[in-house]
Amino acid sequence: MTCRKSRRVIREAAHLSEIPEDSKRWLGRSVARVEDAGLLTGQGRFLDDLGVRPGTLHAAILRSPHAHARITKIDTAAAKALPGVSAVITAEDVTKLSNSLVVGVKAPIMCWPIAVEKVRYVGEPVAVVVARDRYLAEDALDLIEVEYEPLPVNVDALAALSPESPVLHDGLKGNIASDRKFRYGDPERAFAEAAHKITVETNYPRNSCTPMETLGLVIEYNASEDAFDVLSNFQGPFSILAVIARALRVPGNRVRLRTPGDSGGSFGTKQAVFPYIVLMGIAARVAGKPVKWIEDRLEHLTASVSATNRSTTLSAAVDPDGRILGLAWDQVEDVGAHIRAPEPATLYRMHANLCGAYDIRNLAVRNRVVLTNKTPTGLNRGFGGPQVYYPLERLMQRIAVELKLDPVEVVRRNLIAADKFPYRTASGGLLDSGDYPAAVTMAVEEGGLAELRARQRAVREAGGLYGIGFAAVVEPSVSNMGYITTVLTPEERRKAGPKNGAQATATVAINPVGGVSVHVASVPQGQGHRTVLAQVVAEALSIEMSEVQVVTDLDTAKDAWSIASGNYASRFAAAVAGAANLAAANLKARLARSAAAQLNATIDDIEFAGGKVFSKRNPDNALAFSRLAATSHWSPGVVPDEAQAIRETVFWTPPQLTPPTEADEINSSLCYGFIFDYCGVEIDRETGAVRIDKYVTAHDCGRILHPGMVNGQITGGFAQAVGAALYEEYAYAPDGSFLAGTFADYLVPTMMEIPAPVILHMETPSPFTPLGTKGVGEGNCMSTPVCIGNAVADALGVETIDLPLTPAKLTALMQKPEPAPPTHAEAQTSAAPGQQKGRSLFGEGSAEIALPPQQVWEMLLDADVLASIIPGAHSVEKVGAHGFRADVSLGVGPVKGRYRANVELADLEPPSAVTLRGGASGALGFASGEGRIQLTATDSGTRLDYRYGAEIGGKVASIGGRLLDAAARVVIRQFFEALARRAGGPRSGNWFTRLFRRRP
Amino acid sequence: MHKLAAASRHLVRFELNGKAVEGLAEPRTLLTDFIRHEIGATGTHVGCEHGVCGACTIQIDGVPARACLTLAVQVDGAKLRTVEGLAPEQGRLSIIQESFRKHHALQCGFCTAGILMSLDAFLKANPDADEEALRENLSGHICRCTGYAPIVAAALEAAEKLREIRNA
Amino acid sequence: MKPAQFDYLRAESIGDVHRALSEVKDARVLAGGQTLMPMLSMRLARPSSVIDIMRIEALGRIEEKGNAIRVGAAVRQAKLLAWPALKDRQPLLAAALPWVGHAQTRNRGTVCGSAAHADPSAEIPLVLTALEGSVEVSSLRGARKVAAAEFFTGLMTTARADDEMIEAVHFPVRQPGHGYAFNEYGRRHGDFALVACAAVVSRTRVRLAIGGVSDRPVARDLSGTNDEELAQAINDFAWSLEARDDLHATASYRRQLVREMGIRTIREARACIS
Repeated sequence: MTCRKSRRVIREAAHLSEIPEDSKRWLGRSVARVEDAGLLTGQGRFLDDLGVRPGTLHAAILRSPHAHARITKIDTAAAKALPGVSAVITAEDVTKLSNSLVVGVKAPIMCWPIAVEKVRYVGEPVAVVVARDRYLAEDALDLIEVEYEPLPVNVDALAALSPESPVLHDGLKGNIASDRKFRYGDPERAFAEAAHKITVETNYPRNSCTPMETLGLVIEYNASEDAFDVLSNFQGPFSILAVIARALRVPGNRVRLRTPGDSGGSFGTKQAVFPYIVLMGIAARVAGKPVKWIEDRLEHLTASVSATNRSTTLSAAVDPDGRILGLAWDQVEDVGAHIRAPEPATLYRMHANLCGAYDIRNLAVRNRVVLTNKTPTGLNRGFGGPQVYYPLERLMQRIAVELKLDPVEVVRRNLIAADKFPYRTASGGLLDSGDYPAAVTMAVEEGGLAELRARQRAVREAGGLYGIGFAAVVEPSVSNMGYITTVLTPEERRKAGPKNGAQATATVAINPVGGVSVHVASVPQGQGHRTVLAQVVAEALSIEMSEVQVVTDLDTAKDAWSIASGNYASRFAAAVAGAANLAAANLKARLARSAAAQLNATIDDIEFAGGKVFSKRNPDNALAFSRLAATSHWSPGVVPDEAQAIRETVFWTPPQLTPPTEADEINSSLCYGFIFDYCGVEIDRETGAVRIDKYVTAHDCGRILHPGMVNGQITGGFAQAVGAALYEEYAYAPDGSFLAGTFADYLVPTMMEIPAPVILHMETPSPFTPLGTKGVGEGNCMSTPVCIGNAVADALGVETIDLPLTPAKLTALMQKPEPAPPTHAEAQTSAAPGQQKGRSLFGEGSAEIALPPQQVWEMLLDADVLASIIPGAHSVEKVGAHGFRADVSLGVGPVKGRYRANVELADLEPPSAVTLRGGASGALGFASGEGRIQLTATDSGTRLDYRYGAEIGGKVASIGGRLLDAAARVVIRQFFEALARRAGGPRSGNWFTRLFRRRP
Repeated sequence: MHKLAAASRHLVRFELNGKAVEGLAEPRTLLTDFIRHEIGATGTHVGCEHGVCGACTIQIDGVPARACLTLAVQVDGAKLRTVEGLAPEQGRLSIIQESFRKHHALQCGFCTAGILMSLDAFLKANPDADEEALRENLSGHICRCTGYAPIVAAALEAAEKLREIRNA
Repeated sequence: MKPAQFDYLRAESIGDVHRALSEVKDARVLAGGQTLMPMLSMRLARPSSVIDIMRIEALGRIEEKGNAIRVGAAVRQAKLLAWPALKDRQPLLAAALPWVGHAQTRNRGTVCGSAAHADPSAEIPLVLTALEGSVEVSSLRGARKVAAAEFFTGLMTTARADDEMIEAVHFPVRQPGHGYAFNEYGRRHGDFALVACAAVVSRTRVRLAIGGVSDRPVARDLSGTNDEELAQAINDFAWSLEARDDLHATASYRRQLVREMGIRTIREARACIS
């Protein structure tokens, strides 16, 4: 196929429907989606809309409040005894009835779908209750008692490199699960000879595309056949089914997966339902009933899956003109607490295109995979792209700044020239097609860069902060199933056998009374696959789209699929639609043969058009398509064998997707689109808020089948990327507490935050795909975060900047020295505000008590006194000489929880000082801390000074973090308030008076 | 004082899309669970159960509200409208629905019902709303697929069409 | 994420509510539910009973009474926002109400519910504090009116006793010769305020109230300062609020917003002195 370029400028999605339409063709038109009428009228068939078999039980999961702890006791008796509860499943059942999930690196570590002996991240499943309904199942969760012994925590990717970091998996010596070095060309020489070495260091944060529908499943175990029947909104890749079957200890054909007709978004994340398929499979087996589980939003945010966070040092050897002679990557990939399949794929998906859109022949790479006490990572839109392009395009900006060159010029000087395609990259990629310099020119001219620069000058002259950022990105699509094995050494790969390819499948069938059906294993989550497949097949057979019925719900027991099936790596338009085109073409060839026989014509004389099949020489010699199509059903005897046409299934895999070579070269994807973005941003000096003034995104994703949907992918990806750049972060405290557990803390942008980007297109068809198409769904998740990052760096003139670009962070970068606190404010010293670092609280205060120190001292050591002064204490008992155990209800306002607390007195210096050390845990979370109390005799009694440090974690840290610190301080103050009151009331005091006023 | 005891299920009746419906609910049963699983109107979706995402938005006595922040027993005797009640008849779409289809203002369709219920009420009450007001009203909804631009376009066109009809 | 069990009490009169609050341990009033419901679903709150007050007609009124707008406990935020006289009678309230949540939550959430919940970032407690409004609480023991400054005692805690209900809140009406302004900044539209500012000024008087920083809304009288002193006074005020670091903002950033937004809000209020 020749690479025909065409340009189409589409300014905004709003005008898509007005694109001139070629009425004879379906492809390339923004036809109405066949999915929409049902979805708009509430007739969708999402997982939770489908109903279940009578007797189906509902599951709820007890999850770890700790980031790292040993489980010393689980008591499920009370939960099991609750009427309506059928079973409570713990690690004991899971390890007895299943195998560990397969891990993708050669390391002696396990990966269970439930915490076994230890919990390793906040939200890790600890027990499962199955009960009559979900409400009841959650009631039972409250009755399970778990005791934990907290362990040191490790949440920082770079710290995890140290052999001293707390080890998560005992099979490993440290927390490095994989360490590979790669070398292509002669990078050492490039760096030795280059005029400049320019380096960036970046820390790409954790985030996720959080679909509106969460994960879910219904699973049934058939004991008589030892088989599992699963209904789930799983999204692929279907290689995961092999992992599930091995874990459940059944052959692959005894895990039957069905998917619902509709799925409410995924963006990769629904791949993460697979550990729950195993976990709930065990639950269904133990309970002897079908089990349904719908993940709730708190579970999703805390513990479903995340994109990886990655720390990168990237250096370029640069000549005086800004040309890059060599690149050196050092990537530290944080996959969280387990290496869950298909990780560490995020790290290797971009391996072929580590030099981006640039012609760079010398490349050094070091890739390390580390384990930390965070949620395990997995598929997420962009998968590896944002983590690679953030440092790469930050580096391009830094080269321009340091060499005082125009950033666009630096990009241009390094782009791969148009005549070099297909272009073999240093690390083995085969970039299929493109004209990158022309695309950049189109973007610059048609997107209005000159005007944007004029605007920047004007705003800056007026004293404003305005920056322009750029990003050039190669967007890979259709993954080579073998790229993940690049993490193995050539020797390990030789032992395991080669992995490669990307089998796509489609089935086209003809109905006996007219109409064509299409079945695929692409499990869409809103991408409009049914519409595009109807377009593709209607066009191939020259019939109306309405005559094509497309089915995308899948049954692995009956439908065609392979391990590469599923909806990921932007493979639909390039691979699946192509396979459908091939299946339709095969059927058409047979129909043509049949028509030739029936019309007494030769095959090359047969034409399909307008729902008819006829002889080109004599168009009146014709058959209705539906009549011809029915022949193989009704009169097979008149159809030659090679012309029988009822159902055609095609499997297609591209020959370009070969396994990694001995030299570690890998073509990790089949197609490579091109994106050039730029934007202008203005930063508010008062608030530090970033306003995107204009965003231009130019794409070459090969041939466009449906412009409306392509632009929908771009605007959708763009919005998620703006979220990643400015708002969203799966943030953790140093103690491993998860801080973004609700949609009030994980800030997904709304309509007020997302402007409409200017979208430009150029079409350079792929020579490697049946329809000339490439993927387009993930590109802006790769290009937009760094484009905005570059613009903000330009506006503020800073060198290092990491996402998300929060107003507080940018305000700090503006480096205005803060006006000093008032010197006369005594309040600051007598009751200093709690200062907080991460989840740790520090505070101090004092109180005057109308009793001498000795009496105060005795009170502190008396269990009965403590029972009366510990806020909300139901009972206090003395344990040992200086220990107490208490049962307390703590809370603020309506938020109340019951806790078990242990307090120990240490470093006793009677009657003047003592250290209180202890912890409390309950359904809402846990706290541990230490406080030093000092008693000083005064004229009127005793002055009590206290300082404390406390760590608070668990559920309440994830969902109420905004209020938590203040709440904790209230509780701590309440304790001393009560102490003072018990001793006869405070003599004076600032915050005391305030507190006492509360209850008149 | 009318008391509904915690552990029992109680009769709840209301009008849903113009028809009388009834079912049994515990005091704690969320309205989302009730209309979806007890009544069988599954067009209203559950996205966050804490009132932020807007997917479960329905009209309660004519105004959009979060069904997930409502107890089933609270709406006894109320008039509810959900996405199933928007189309004028089977096989036809309302002006807003048609406009959403034309502009590709939905992809997965999971958040769509809530957005439609807000927009339907908003355009009835504010037929002359400009883009800013529209965006502000719909900012109570999270959509993860579309990036909002197509929704804004669809809403603006629907507003224009509704104005034409009103003026005709 | 489903609530624990509770009894549902549908009150038909204010007396019903008083009796229930006095007799039932751990009962909680349920009005609009926009804050209580997520707390129930997350099981952060586990009352034994909820008392639905929304069918009590007497609580559904907005009326002007003795230089104040009296808003009953069952008045939804949207109803107050749509009250025709609002902008004329109290421009500060009119400016702040659109910042309360989203249109969809204002349709259910009540004005008094926001006061009862006493979130330190919430707009309605801030406006009550800025205007020196009051809260009318009642119980079997009788009724009393508590000044806003006395009512909000800390994080999500108020001067309401366990057996008391909020019957109404009182917003003083616009004073002649006064100007009012409101500003707020949050990460996203409709989010809780990182900082919110409400200013009430006249030719001689400057009162600034800040929400989102301390454990409750705090007002300070800044009258009698010239421009230079005003900046210093607002800085002192900012430091006195015991700002905290959290996921969304640092303490230093919050103080910066107080300084910048505070002075701007005062300027805007001065510009609209009537």
